[in-house]
Amino acid sequence: MSQKTFEGRIVGKSVAKVDALSLALGKPLFTDDIPFKNTVHVKMLYSPHAHANILDIDTSEAEKLPGVLGVLTHKNASQVLHTTAGQGYPEPSVYDTRLFNKKVKYVGDRVAAVAAETVQIAESALELIKVKYAVLEPIFDWDKSYGNTIIIHDEGEAKYLIPVHYDSEKNHVAHMDAEVGDMDKGFEEADFIIDQTVRNHYAQHCPLEPHISIAYFDGHDRLVIRSATQVPFHARRIVAQVLGIPLSKVRVIKPRIGGGFGTKQEIITEIIAAAFAMELKRPVKFEYTRKEEFISARTRHPMTVQLKAGVKKDGTITAMDMKVTSNTGAYGTHGLTVMSNAGSKALPLYHCDNIKFVGDTVYTNLPVAGAYRGYGGTQAALALEIVIDELARTIDMDPAEFRLKNHIKTGESSPIFKALGEGGEGHEQTVDSVGLSECIKFGANAIGWWDREEYKKKHSTETKKRGFGLACLMQGSSIPFIDMAAAYAKMNDDGSFNLLLGATDIGTGSDTVLAQIFAEVLGLEMSDIIVLSSDTDLTPFDKGAYASSTTYLTGLAVQNLAEKIKAQLFEYASKMMNVPSSDLKLGAKEIKHSTTNQSISFSDIGTKALYTDNQQQIGAVASELSKKSPPPFCAHFAEVEVDTETGRVKVLRYIIAIDCGTPINPKLVIGQSEGALVNGIGYALSEQFIFNQKGKVLNPSFGNYKIMTTTDLPDIETIIVPTFEPSGPYGAKSIAEINISGPMPCLSNAIFDAIGVRITEPPYTPDRVLKAIQKHE
Amino acid sequence: MTMKINLTINNHPKTFIIDPSELLIDVLRREGYVSVKRGCDEGTCGACVVLLNGKAVKSCILLAAQAHEGTITTIEGVGTRDQPHPLQLAFVDEGAIQCGFCIPGILLSAKALLDKTLSPTKEEVKIALDGNLCRCTGYSGQIKAVLKAAAVMRGDKK
Ligand code: FES
Ligand code: FES
Repeated sequence: MSQKTFEGRIVGKSVAKVDALSLALGKPLFTDDIPFKNTVHVKMLYSPHAHANILDIDTSEAEKLPGVLGVLTHKNASQVLHTTAGQGYPEPSVYDTRLFNKKVKYVGDRVAAVAAETVQIAESALELIKVKYAVLEPIFDWDKSYGNTIIIHDEGEAKYLIPVHYDSEKNHVAHMDAEVGDMDKGFEEADFIIDQTVRNHYAQHCPLEPHISIAYFDGHDRLVIRSATQVPFHARRIVAQVLGIPLSKVRVIKPRIGGGFGTKQEIITEIIAAAFAMELKRPVKFEYTRKEEFISARTRHPMTVQLKAGVKKDGTITAMDMKVTSNTGAYGTHGLTVMSNAGSKALPLYHCDNIKFVGDTVYTNLPVAGAYRGYGGTQAALALEIVIDELARTIDMDPAEFRLKNHIKTGESSPIFKALGEGGEGHEQTVDSVGLSECIKFGANAIGWWDREEYKKKHSTETKKRGFGLACLMQGSSIPFIDMAAAYAKMNDDGSFNLLLGATDIGTGSDTVLAQIFAEVLGLEMSDIIVLSSDTDLTPFDKGAYASSTTYLTGLAVQNLAEKIKAQLFEYASKMMNVPSSDLKLGAKEIKHSTTNQSISFSDIGTKALYTDNQQQIGAVASELSKKSPPPFCAHFAEVEVDTETGRVKVLRYIIAIDCGTPINPKLVIGQSEGALVNGIGYALSEQFIFNQKGKVLNPSFGNYKIMTTTDLPDIETIIVPTFEPSGPYGAKSIAEINISGPMPCLSNAIFDAIGVRITEPPYTPDRVLKAIQKHE
Repeated sequence: MTMKINLTINNHPKTFIIDPSELLIDVLRREGYVSVKRGCDEGTCGACVVLLNGKAVKSCILLAAQAHEGTITTIEGVGTRDQPHPLQLAFVDEGAIQCGFCIPGILLSAKALLDKTLSPTKEEVKIALDGNLCRCTGYSGQIKAVLKAAAVMRGDKK
């Protein structure tokens, strides 16, 4: 490969995760693992109706039940309009939510919360609450919501803090458009045009640990919230905002958390727990059940994506016209940004001079969508990669060759970067590390792409057809000129360091990756670093775990931090050794003279600096604003077997080839990639919400919402294709999200390759596949 | 109404006063065995798996009373920081632990398998872990880790 790559002493090595052994030993590290005396338990009453006005709530019977400590409804709870989206301030999400709304807008909307001595008492109390509803007609089809006579947010108060289009009268949550080049000319120049519409479906993140917060007051009467959150600093801000208390009176602690994937970027349990804690002055725990995760946490935004594209016989893409209708459900959290990301995280992938994007987000009376790994990129990839395949087939070019010819290359830019950002205009950038050609080539070789026709013939039977699919993807690393991350470190007597990070390790391994970067700069071992992350009282700010930003952006902050400390160490050593700094170099936990054998160890520096000589705290803080969002790239290849009698699609092999820049920790890269992939395969094949006529989720359990288990796995191989991202820490990019977006298009392409039937509405369950086959015939 | 149950947990005899309707998971967590995780409460995720008389069981669908006079192992009773169990080491080395919430249950399901055989096939490992959901890792590292631990315990690998 022509690109430079980096392998360091610790960066590039699969060191063990800093928390792995403690987790394997089952130590009490999660939110609910620390006992609190006198804990109050909370249970929530949810709307059974998809759309209704609450005429009256009578909680008197519930309040009389022995053991009930309090009941909150729209009548007595805070009425501050806000968004539950844990984003930077001012949020690009509409303020359309109250803790409890007078009008309920989906089955699962909050009606009342009970605090009681036990969970059982709280549950019994829920049954005693009498609610009178005036039921309204709901709207479920997002393609019919815009401008419908049924108006979901008709209270007329919702608003954005930022100047963007919003029209609740039309159920219209957000609009974005962008156009570059000349669309008419583009389509005129085309020899062929493909116009395809795809629709993705509702799905849940399913972190193994449900949402949970425990709120209590400390000895200084400050509110402390232990929360399973991806965004402790946003949680602190929003709790203070909604409850009308000073931010300085709130502390949010994120312990280890059992996965997030976006759903814990939402402030769902914190405020309720805090509100009761303020009232009762006791520790209050609000913990979701698995069922509540499905009916009242957050979901992926279902979208309809229409993509029309033109191609010349020589394989030049002449125009791409993408139209997106995104369903944000009953509330608009992440409604604008997920929709705009559908354009910005997909359209720059291929060369094209004439591109148009129009996106609209609408309300429906269905569960609330939010951030979900992939964040619009997943939805758009389904459309883009199906259409790219069809363009290739139309001109008789191999889909891999077609992608090799057209994908964006190192040093190039796309007009879309500037035209379309996250919720507004974007920022011009070149992409300076693109390993996608290598990804495609290595992946193709690994799966046997070039000899597939012969292989398929050999292995297919009359009713069991083999097929091969391919999809390419890009994402980003952080949100440019919005995201900020910071890190702080100090040196101890023995030469060890405390590394304090605002960044939120939600299982991704970011504590480890960031410590590796710190260790690399300073010549440390991992055991010399004590990592503490995500405590709003102790650690510096970080926007949180989202937008594939931590490795890249917090990584840069940590690298700068370590460089600052290195400079301090050199200065200190130069004084102690009485030689100019320029004569010194870094050794293994020591500063050495470059020619003599004079040296001073870190432990010496640590002790002397604190107690005896030239006394000072060696330490620093550093922060970094994102100025770029370098995309990671990957190629996905799958082999499937489609049973034409039953419609069953079996994924036999799956290859990921991923360009993550420098893999700071290759095993963690593989873990992040395959975890996302397996979630993506589940989403493509089996995961879905089943609704009844009234908008109620009928399958809110793992028994009926099928996520992949060990026995469902295909043979998976992950190929890391290292490149070097010049703007990243040691050349790294972030890859937490990208791989979830491949399976939907890749498997659709593989199914088409096997049986010549195009399926555009996942999940590819046997009944849907059979229906598609029958329709085709 | 309450009742008394005797259990041997991680080799220590214990007596608990419980309510007959209490689930085993609730009693164990209340008594400080918080490695027993709650991911669903309906026997479908495996986060609450413990070994009861050597068998991997889901403690969220078992009454504590049903475990009376039984021997229970939770992950707190397997390995220490200085001497981790080969399974724990292999999971750490293979990068098979991300958020870690599923890990106690998965390790115990794996242990139940390795207590029966030290030469499991990959298929047998997959079947042993089939009742344990993990949303983070994609499982491959975990399957590899179990096979590696088995090899170490057989003496084939260090
Ligand atoms: S908590 Fe017992 S199986 Fe999920
Ligand atoms: S490591 Fe997070 S669920 Fe398994």
